[in-house]
Amino acid sequence: MNQLQNFTKGFIRENPVLALFLGLCPTLGVTTSAINGIGMGLATTFVLVMSNISISLLKNLIPGNVRIPAFIVVIASFVTIVELTMQAFVPALFEALGLFIPLIVVNCIVLGRAEAFASKNDLFSSIIDGLGMGVGFTITLFILGSIREILGSGSIFDYKFIQGDGMLIFVLAPGAFIALGYLIVLMRKVNK
Amino acid sequence: MAKMESTIGNMILSLFGITFVASSALGAVYSLTKEPIAAAAIAKKNAAISEVIPEFNNTPSSEGYKIPVDGDTLYFYPGKLNGELVGTAVETFTKIGFSGTIKVMVGLLPDGTINDVTVLKHSETPGLGDKMEKKKSDWSLQFKGKNPQQFNLSVKKDGGDVDAITASTISSRAFCDAVTRAYNSYISASEIK
Repeated sequence: MNQLQNFTKGFIRENPVLALFLGLCPTLGVTTSAINGIGMGLATTFVLVMSNISISLLKNLIPGNVRIPAFIVVIASFVTIVELTMQAFVPALFEALGLFIPLIVVNCIVLGRAEAFASKNDLFSSIIDGLGMGVGFTITLFILGSIREILGSGSIFDYKFIQGDGMLIFVLAPGAFIALGYLIVLMRKVNK
Repeated sequence: MAKMESTIGNMILSLFGITFVASSALGAVYSLTKEPIAAAAIAKKNAAISEVIPEFNNTPSSEGYKIPVDGDTLYFYPGKLNGELVGTAVETFTKIGFSGTIKVMVGLLPDGTINDVTVLKHSETPGLGDKMEKKKSDWSLQFKGKNPQQFNLSVKKDGGDVDAITASTISSRAFCDAVTRAYNSYISASEIK
């Protein structure tokens, strides 16, 4: 597998949300609008790349039996760094995503990539893997967020194009499941 | 380099090393971001204060006082223009929201008339209860210039004068509860004085 394939595998073939079904909790929770999806996606990408770098560098120093706690400590540290930095320098974004930032710690994508990829591959491939998975996650969250914002609030990026409300169900949790379900169906069709 | 064996010594050493580096990094980031975070919180509070009360030229946030009520605390920030009270921003709360505590900043004129209101913090449903935010809808503008003595601060369903947000009666009720709490404590505090 060359590095280009390594980078693009997260977009469709191994898309973390639509093919691997990882990280569904933040996916369903934050995607009430397109901008929230992008913000969450970028924060996760940062954590993913940083944790892949550290895990890949440390992989020989971590004995197999304690690797999971070691991974969690590394990931949790980066999440907290992101949280504090966001709170300090982009308070507006922190306000929208605040609740979900700590959830990145338990986001299976990050731990999954650390366990399945970074702990077995070299530094460069791990960075590319983290970037690719992160971009795939961000795109998916952006698409899901856009669908829910367009149908649910009748707006996109807070720009309203209809009077009044959209279909409110798409802003609420059930709409998230419906939209995600159809996205997965579409993905299956494309992947065939 | 060969992978470390899972002996007890190696495991302790490895975990100790990782947690040590992680905690030092967190300590460093914490001390770097402490001041900007505090500054951002104060800036936000000041912005909310100047949004809800008429023009002032003192620093209300440093002249604030607080009154404990209903198991929590209300914060009062008096705004003065050339030493004369022009309005008081009250940081109030309610616990009967749809999901969690809602914090509201209410600006009261000296006679108790509501000058303006703005939501500080809430976790109401996006698309429904979050219409109480000014940037989401004009709903909260109906409180402007109303004096709770004549204006019944409860939703129309409960016999009051407030138009509830469509499909969000609980959030609207909670909002009224927060404003009422601010008004009542403001009135009783100024009667004592």
